[in-house]
Amino acid sequence: MRIFDPHIHMTSRTTDDYQAMHAAGVRAVVEPAFWLGQPRTSPASFLDYFDSLLGWEPFRAAQYGIAHHCTLALNPKEANDPRCLPVLDELPRYLVKDQVVAVGEIGYDSMTPAEDTALAAQLQLAADHQLPALVHTPHRDKLAGLRRTLDVVRESALPTDRVLVDHLNETTVKEAKDSGCWLGFSVYPDTKMDEERMVAILRTYGPEQVLVNSAADWGRSDPLKTRKVGDLMLAEGFGEDDVDRVLWRNPVAFYGLSGRLDLDIAATEATHEGNSILRGGA
Amino acid sequence: MTHLPAHQATPAADTQGTTLARTPPHDLHAHLADRLGEAARGWLDQALDEAAAHPGAHGPISVWELRLAEAGRRCGPEHADAARILILHAARADTDALTRVYAQGTAAERRAVLHALPHLVPGPQALPLVEDALRTNDTRLLAAAVGPYAARHLDAHHWRHAVLKCLFTGVPVTEVADLERRAHADRELARMLGDYAAERTAAGRPVPEDLHRVLTLTDPTATPPAPAADHGPNGAEGPHGKES
Repeated sequence: MRIFDPHIHMTSRTTDDYQAMHAAGVRAVVEPAFWLGQPRTSPASFLDYFDSLLGWEPFRAAQYGIAHHCTLALNPKEANDPRCLPVLDELPRYLVKDQVVAVGEIGYDSMTPAEDTALAAQLQLAADHQLPALVHTPHRDKLAGLRRTLDVVRESALPTDRVLVDHLNETTVKEAKDSGCWLGFSVYPDTKMDEERMVAILRTYGPEQVLVNSAADWGRSDPLKTRKVGDLMLAEGFGEDDVDRVLWRNPVAFYGLSGRLDLDIAATEATHEGNSILRGGA
Repeated sequence: MTHLPAHQATPAADTQGTTLARTPPHDLHAHLADRLGEAARGWLDQALDEAAAHPGAHGPISVWELRLAEAGRRCGPEHADAARILILHAARADTDALTRVYAQGTAAERRAVLHALPHLVPGPQALPLVEDALRTNDTRLLAAAVGPYAARHLDAHHWRHAVLKCLFTGVPVTEVADLERRAHADRELARMLGDYAAERTAAGRPVPEDLHRVLTLTDPTATPPAPAADHGPNGAEGPHGKES
């Protein structure tokens, strides 16, 4: 099983995780820029973080045969702190980098005017840089947050088929699907989605434009949730092609919209192991 | 024509700094032009023209710096280092420009700046970039940092630590430019290597083969380095070396 985790915060994970992920079949990840748990107080702190996502973290991933790309943005939560807002002025020089495959995570946290402004500005940045956008949907007041998110997306210069709305669940999947956006689901040990509900949603809504991620970070989370969803899909009667579509080809197609995906590490790994990891996908 | 190794995605294979840093830009261009597809070759030619026409600073992201950033997806990752070196050369990037590009660059862009230093900076002004790279643990940056520019300008203390760091992190010492000349009769380096070997041995861990190779080069009675020291990897019988 070849796996592309389209949303995981490897900065917060150990090399043991990288090893276990590789053993489970993970050959590519996208790490969205997000909140680090401790609020930042200056743009410089963001820039060091972005540099790490473009330098050290891909190097670490490569040690374990995993291709690493990132999405960069001012996240919704910290968009509310005026001390952090100058990051928006620095983003253009970062969004041209080779390993940046989307603008993200953007979206809503508390649905404030400051978040409105940051979301709209960054959707425009995505359009300006020919990048798709990864849009986080809020933890609190989720359905209202999704609707407001979709309204802002529709008003933006970015077509909905270049937008991935993430952290969806049973209450938001239908409206998200009807919008034409790509559909992201984060599978967690306690919150967000779990494997069983994920498989049920796939049965109801089909695998088209669906991406499953672990969103593993510094909180209680599990970087192997992607594999567990794949295993349960097979156990519940989905075919290997469906699993490959959800766990590999869909993320390759979405982030491939950037024209910047380089899955060479995964390809080398495939050669080493004698299977065709890129078959039909890249 | 210098042979450039084919790109492989394994981190160790990315350490081709010595070759890139030693190849004259004209030869590098010819080498690259033979290997790029038509679209990439056209892109590179235009990028080099832009860089030559607009050298120096043109705001925070000038056109040639944009080209530098996108070289990987335009030329393919296996040719990105060479393309970036050529763009930096065409732009006649000075120490200020190189420092800016390095500071604002991805690891791949930083690597290209390090490779380009011997082509662009005659004096030691750009040493802070080398020292920055030597503080990292990214073996691709370390390998690029120990090229001809470091051989020429890095002081003895930093240079010895760079060699030791290569041994620690598994960067092949063949990446260290001018190793034979700088290691020759370096008693302090020999002491550091001996201590490192002793520490490894005390821990029951193997001593890197490269350590013996460098230790042999430090021998003041060894064949003088010019024109070429005749010490291969077989120099494992170093005075303090212990196989474990």
